[in-house]
Amino acid sequence: MSRLSSTDTPVEGETEVVESDEARKALLAKIQTEFGDAVVGSHLAPGDDLWVRVDRSAWAAAGAYLKTGLGFEYFNFLSAIDWKPSPFGRDMDAQVDLSLGHDEASEIDMAIEQGVAGGDTRFQVFARVNDIVNGRGVTLKADVPDDDLSIDSWVPVYSGANWHERECWEMFGISFEGHPGLRHIYLPAGFEGNPLRKDYPLLARRLKPWPGIVDVEQMPGDDDPADAAETTEEAE
Amino acid sequence: MTDVAILGELAYWQQTGIRVGVGLAAVLLVAGTLVYVHLFKLVSFMQSRLGPMEAGPFGSLQLLAEVGKFLQKEDIFPRKADRFVFAAAPFVVLMSTFLLVVVVPGGPDAWFINSELGIYLAMAVSSVSVIGILMAGWGSASKYSLLGGLRATGQLIAYELPLILAVMGVVIQAETMNMQGIVQAQADGEIFGWGGIGNPYILTQFVAFVIFMIAMQAELTQTPFDMPIAESELVTGYMTEYSGMRFLLFFIGEFATAGVFSAIASVLFLGGWWAPIPGLGFDDNVWNLLGPLVLVTKVVVLTFIIFWARFSLPRFREDQLQQLAWKVLIPLSLANIVVTAVLKIVF
Amino acid sequence: MTAISDREQLGYIAAQAADARVNVEIETEGMTLNIGPQHPATHGTLRIVARLDGEQVIAADPIMGYMHRGYEKLAEVRTYPQVTTLINRIDWVGSFANEVPFILAAEKLMDVEAPPRAAWIRTILFEMSRIANISLFLGDMGLQVGAVTPAFFAFRDREHVLNQIEAATGGRFHPNFDRIGGLKDDLPAGWIAETKRAMKKIRSFCDEIEGLLQGNEIFEARCRGIGVIPADVGLSYGLSGANIRASGVNWDTRRDNPCGLVHSELDWKVWTHPDGDSFARFWVRLQEVRESTKMVDQLCDGLPSGPVMAKVPRIIKVPAGEAYVETENPLGVMGYYVVSKGDLTPYRVKIRSASFNNISITPWLLKGVYVPDIVTILGSLYFILGDIDR
Repeated sequence: MSRLSSTDTPVEGETEVVESDEARKALLAKIQTEFGDAVVGSHLAPGDDLWVRVDRSAWAAAGAYLKTGLGFEYFNFLSAIDWKPSPFGRDMDAQVDLSLGHDEASEIDMAIEQGVAGGDTRFQVFARVNDIVNGRGVTLKADVPDDDLSIDSWVPVYSGANWHERECWEMFGISFEGHPGLRHIYLPAGFEGNPLRKDYPLLARRLKPWPGIVDVEQMPGDDDPADAAETTEEAE
Repeated sequence: MTDVAILGELAYWQQTGIRVGVGLAAVLLVAGTLVYVHLFKLVSFMQSRLGPMEAGPFGSLQLLAEVGKFLQKEDIFPRKADRFVFAAAPFVVLMSTFLLVVVVPGGPDAWFINSELGIYLAMAVSSVSVIGILMAGWGSASKYSLLGGLRATGQLIAYELPLILAVMGVVIQAETMNMQGIVQAQADGEIFGWGGIGNPYILTQFVAFVIFMIAMQAELTQTPFDMPIAESELVTGYMTEYSGMRFLLFFIGEFATAGVFSAIASVLFLGGWWAPIPGLGFDDNVWNLLGPLVLVTKVVVLTFIIFWARFSLPRFREDQLQQLAWKVLIPLSLANIVVTAVLKIVF
Repeated sequence: MTAISDREQLGYIAAQAADARVNVEIETEGMTLNIGPQHPATHGTLRIVARLDGEQVIAADPIMGYMHRGYEKLAEVRTYPQVTTLINRIDWVGSFANEVPFILAAEKLMDVEAPPRAAWIRTILFEMSRIANISLFLGDMGLQVGAVTPAFFAFRDREHVLNQIEAATGGRFHPNFDRIGGLKDDLPAGWIAETKRAMKKIRSFCDEIEGLLQGNEIFEARCRGIGVIPADVGLSYGLSGANIRASGVNWDTRRDNPCGLVHSELDWKVWTHPDGDSFARFWVRLQEVRESTKMVDQLCDGLPSGPVMAKVPRIIKVPAGEAYVETENPLGVMGYYVVSKGDLTPYRVKIRSASFNNISITPWLLKGVYVPDIVTILGSLYFILGDIDR
């Protein structure tokens, strides 16, 4: 199972994988039949996890259906991702790290490339809920278009979404329709900007470059610390 | 009666001076001893630590260092404080303590005042500290202080009643309110005809003793009744805004009052300055020297109970505290009075 | 006739006016009490703005962010091994447990598995950081309700555990010991025996706390029935750890969703309590510490031999993908949602910290309680400020 694992994998894991795989497939099918075209993408990692991307209009309904219909009563977290890479590129990283990683910061690739379960827009809201009876979790995603950064609030469904949406609002600038009070949660009241957007500069890093270096401490059984600089070398 | 003779040769102002000096010493030395023995050392032992060890042998001079530290500190007034009330409050609290100590007799002739209304006077002046605490709470212009001050007022008034009612039992049994008389009554008493140790009222008035100790703990605002201070909720309640000298006064007041109340309790229930030492009569002159020591020993024992409870119990909530006073302690002390009165008539 | 009725009318109006005046005079304005950011009850810089009517709380609004350090942003410019240094500081009394889910998430993305010995030692240290964390809670809970002594006992006996963590990792508070693919080092000689002794001391500490606090009538009076969280409310607020188990929800990630740690091979029990009040939360945590000491004993006995580091590249580049790993940390479920684009640094790290969710219930929970109950409830919910503010 593990490519790099130095140990034998537990055998009994295999059966579990198939079993919960089926369960997740059934789960995905249920969500798809309930919402039809509103499920615009999905990804299933067998025996591990399930991602479902729904249309923005179905966001609140999907949450409600998961909670009441499928028993995902546990609200885990809600957040967002900015898929547009930082315009500052890698120049905020330490040069040592960059050279070791063969990552020449020549030109910045600003292409938006979404992750698991696809996507169409720069911002994606994602949330995770759990079915604690069966010990499963689902990550829901929804695209939020640039020209209208808003999405329905989950607070009526999951009370715990309140603070998470406040955090998401101040960090990404995504507003939540129907939220009882979108105000700053971490940042001071007059704060301008949305810090977790990729185009928000990490000022501390820009003012004083990071002197960092890749972890080059000696690994157990390592003979010569000098060859730590050789990037392709694999330690024993 | 030699020292009475000595005192008799002195002018009235000289006698007064001696009494005031001894009174100050009685309050401050006892308070200091209690702080060192109990707060520093006993509690450290209970909490598996050493306590102060640096200043003097075994940290015995720590107290002086603390006092010096507090005296050096700036006397801060909050901007919106009612300055006069704020400044006067610690003195009012301390005054109540000093007024209390005058009724406690230390020996057959070693007393400050020998009033026929001794215990009545004590109960009356002990309430003065409520005014001081309320002044501190109000004058600080701080919400924590105000909450603390109001809590203290409610609490002290509620626990005044069981305190007084508990004393009633003793007064009925001793047939006097004179503190000296109560000591004598216990020294002369007999347990079913055996007068070996007199009749300390802790035996006959055990219920009253327990009520008195509980109510005393509340009067002193010590844990589990430290709602007015409640450092995890109200910072330090009515003392929040105090610093330096004035805080020190509150601090002294707290421990001195613990000592004085314990002294009153030992007079009421443990026989006061008298101890059953064979060969010594009640009026022997040696009691004037030995008496205060006996009294202090009893005080240390009683304050040990106070601090033992303070450092091992959690605190009540305000409503639970009032419930304990009104629903348990007051009915119990009333019942005690009735029973005592009936038995007094029967025997 | 009309005159009389006029008079009645006037009398009625006058009475109404008098009533209104009395009402206005009696009605108190209410008081806004600012608890924190520097206040002994909040251990950290949490601020609670409470609207009071007398001593009753009408509305409470927690305000945090006084210690927000922006770890999610900082993690985006740090390489994977460097991130563990940051996230150590999230829950600073049980630091090692913070590293584990992140490392597990990175391992999941890289498809690396730590050798069994590493997984076992990870679990030992994971449980020991739970003991270090919760034993502090047990003492602190006493302090919150006014008993000073339990806190000293907690600090005294927690030291044994911290010493062991220090002996193994070199750091008492911030071990930074977990590596992608295993651990930095093996255990030092004699560590196992010493750890078992420490566990014995912790168990006797638990007995002591049980005698000092749990059996105390005043403590029960202060905690029973205070801050009751029904299970469904707790679930929808995302409460986790002992907070949700005290509401009768039998859910423990260690048992139900084991991920990289070896809890499934041990003999232990998930404790729950049906009441959901402050006392239940205290009780569940007390049992959890006991259970953890048993786990550590079993882990020490069954520790397999072998290497503690799998084969991993010198320069860690995590393949593109997304992974979410959560573990049952001392404060509750802690998870990291790691998004990688195949770089040296994570593209996005969402830190799901337990206390943030646990404390988000406070506006609901504190409504209508008394001021003294605020500290009992906050104390029993048990948060570490770094775990809220991240």
